[in-house]
Amino acid sequence: MLVIKNLKANVEGKEILKGINLEVKAGEIHAIMGPNGSGKSTLANVLTGNENYEVTDGEVLFDGKNLLEMDPETRAREGMFLAFQYPIEIPGVSNATFLKTALNEIRKYKGLEEITPKEFLALIKEKASLLGMDDAMISRYVNVGFSGGEKKRNEILQMLMLEPKFVLLDETDSGLDIDALKIVANGVNIYKNPNTAFLVVTHYQRLLNYIVPDFVHVLYKGRIIKSGTKELALELEDKGYDWLIKEEEMEKV
Amino acid sequence: MNEIKEKMKVELSDDMKVIDDLTSSEYKWGFITDIESETAAKGLNENVIRMISSKKNEPEWMTEWRLKAYRYWLKMEEPKWPNVHYPQIDFQDISYYSAPKQKPKLNSLDEVDPELLKTFEKLGIPLEEQKILSGVAVDAVFDSVSVATTFKETLKEKGIIFCSISEAIQEHPELVKKYLGSVVPYTDNFYAALNSAVFSDGSFIYIPKGVRCPMELSTYFRINSQETGQFERTLIIADDDSYVSYLEGCTAPIRDNNQLHAAVVELIALENAEIKYSTVQNWYPGDKEGKGGIYNFVTKRGACRGNNSKISWTQVETGSAITWKYPSCILQGDNSVGEFYSVAVTNNYQQADTGTKMIHIGKNTRSTIISKGISAGRSNNSYRGLVRIGKNAVGARNFTQCDSMLMGDKCGAHTFPYIEVENDTAKVEHEATTSKVGEDQIFYLNQRGISTEDAVNMIVNGFCKEVFNELPMEFAVEAQKLLAISLEGSVG
Ligand SMILES: Nc1ncnc2c1ncn2[C@@H]1O[C@H](COP(=O)(O)OP(=O)(O)OP(=O)(O)O)[C@@H](O)[C@H]1O
Ligand SMILES: [Mg+2]
Repeated sequence: MLVIKNLKANVEGKEILKGINLEVKAGEIHAIMGPNGSGKSTLANVLTGNENYEVTDGEVLFDGKNLLEMDPETRAREGMFLAFQYPIEIPGVSNATFLKTALNEIRKYKGLEEITPKEFLALIKEKASLLGMDDAMISRYVNVGFSGGEKKRNEILQMLMLEPKFVLLDETDSGLDIDALKIVANGVNIYKNPNTAFLVVTHYQRLLNYIVPDFVHVLYKGRIIKSGTKELALELEDKGYDWLIKEEEMEKV
Repeated sequence: MNEIKEKMKVELSDDMKVIDDLTSSEYKWGFITDIESETAAKGLNENVIRMISSKKNEPEWMTEWRLKAYRYWLKMEEPKWPNVHYPQIDFQDISYYSAPKQKPKLNSLDEVDPELLKTFEKLGIPLEEQKILSGVAVDAVFDSVSVATTFKETLKEKGIIFCSISEAIQEHPELVKKYLGSVVPYTDNFYAALNSAVFSDGSFIYIPKGVRCPMELSTYFRINSQETGQFERTLIIADDDSYVSYLEGCTAPIRDNNQLHAAVVELIALENAEIKYSTVQNWYPGDKEGKGGIYNFVTKRGACRGNNSKISWTQVETGSAITWKYPSCILQGDNSVGEFYSVAVTNNYQQADTGTKMIHIGKNTRSTIISKGISAGRSNNSYRGLVRIGKNAVGARNFTQCDSMLMGDKCGAHTFPYIEVENDTAKVEHEATTSKVGEDQIFYLNQRGISTEDAVNMIVNGFCKEVFNELPMEFAVEAQKLLAISLEGSVG
């Protein structure tokens, strides 16, 4: 579904991604781990088309289409979704207005009819209750005054509503208490199906107990230095990154 | 839940549209009989004023009042303090009287400026109404007279007077004499004096004691007075325990050959009375290079004369090359309330200096000011507000919130708050913010499939939410669309 070849990207003139290679097939869950500042969020921003990130080399195919040529909204309409590490507040715009607009844009792109207000309301209530979210959240302004955990849940609500093919979760587990973590993971597991794929950025093994990855990759200084199965995450939890980094430095020498 | 409300809003506004359609074409037909294009020669002197007054068949006292205003105006100087810049106006190069002009008759919409049509389409103005607005001949397929008559009948039953000010001068001289100039005397300022001398027409409303006006009164419904744009004069009196909501303006872009507009609006609220005055102003702002466009120098003021009275101004200002406007409240009655909710948008080379004055005189008077300024292009947007708490205004309170939003880096936003407090039991709060439309906000919305243009509209509408909430619902929906059009192409 997603093929990343030798992807390099700069932020403010500095090279952050130094040649990423990764293939994610439909139905798979990949986890990306790695120390702070290694480029995980950068990868997510590059894949979703944030203009502040300049792609200098490489290629990304999304269902065979050239992803890097599309503007951010087209990528979203094609089914690329990012649950933000730091969700943004939009004062004065209700969650409902925002999500209905987004959903209808995506439906329009797919050649579907607009959803009626009644259908929309029923749908959002159903999805919100799956995530243990109060109905009041639906009419509140997008992320304004939401607690850290509520913001993260709201990202997952958007995922459930917009039904993307490819989901990037950027530290969706951070700031969640253990019950919320289970609820969010449950949301992901309900949504997961053979036609969707996930790239889960996290620092902690505990999320991966609930969202079980098929593959785990370690990102370090803009490169994937190690890939493995879910056992790799356990090993990292146990030993940290030092041993891997040392191995990597050794290899360079 | 919100969605359902919104849907209702739209449906209701559709209903209103139908009524608007009917009544606005009433004007057109009303005109046909009395269109004789008559324009006075340029220049202003006592003879011109006498001519205006006699054309309108005014009584002697009215003529005298105009002349006094004119003589006073001669001694005044044009104000230079607003933060706006424009070439010197030659007041002798303006024609001060023009009978309703007939717009050029076109045979079909194909002959109308395509830019204008595009705007109409975006505003969702129905075809029939588009024709009326752009001067295309339409067939009257309905009995327009009966709509207007039904409307007038309802008001008459309640004893409400709603007519043009010219008509009021003839039919209700005692009310006009008592209240005209009582809130904005002709000595008030340069443009108020000029308006008093030469005013063309405007609305007059009187709501008798204890009456709640059952419908929103709007200029659309006003009979016998269109073409009053240049020197409009409006007077609204709400007697004890009464209520009225008045809508002024129109979201359709309005062009006018008269560059200078200087209106005066006076509101008087007596004991327990409430007046809600909403404006959508969309005069021609000039082209993208800043050429042409209307200078809009307006004096709007309301007096809360009675105890427990309330005056509320809500405005959405997107038009005009230059706007100079401070709808104000004089809070004389104890416990009286003044409110000002404003959205002012400037784009390209537009300049706006707007705000309000809240003058607290009575005890426990309260005022709220919510101002949202949006600047784009190379425009300049200033908020200027005065809050004065007088010596006797025990327990007076004011809350001011003044937010500016910048789009791009060539525009300007300025805030000039003036606070004068003479009573130390008063509480005055002022909050101000300036923000840019955030790239991160736009990207967030993009990432959910929303285009940059729609994202900007969404963010801007959110920014103005508190003000839109105050607009009568049929206006709120249109105001949102209007904002989108005014800011088109200003980001991304
Ligand atoms: N918008 C930006 N402006 C400047 N520098 C940036 C920007 N985004 C990322 N960087 C820099 O790029 C590097 C990688 O950052 P990134 O956010 O991708 O790391 P991360 O792996 O997500 O880290 P964390 O685990 O802390 O979230 C960091 O040095 C960061 O400072
Ligand atoms: Mg990160």
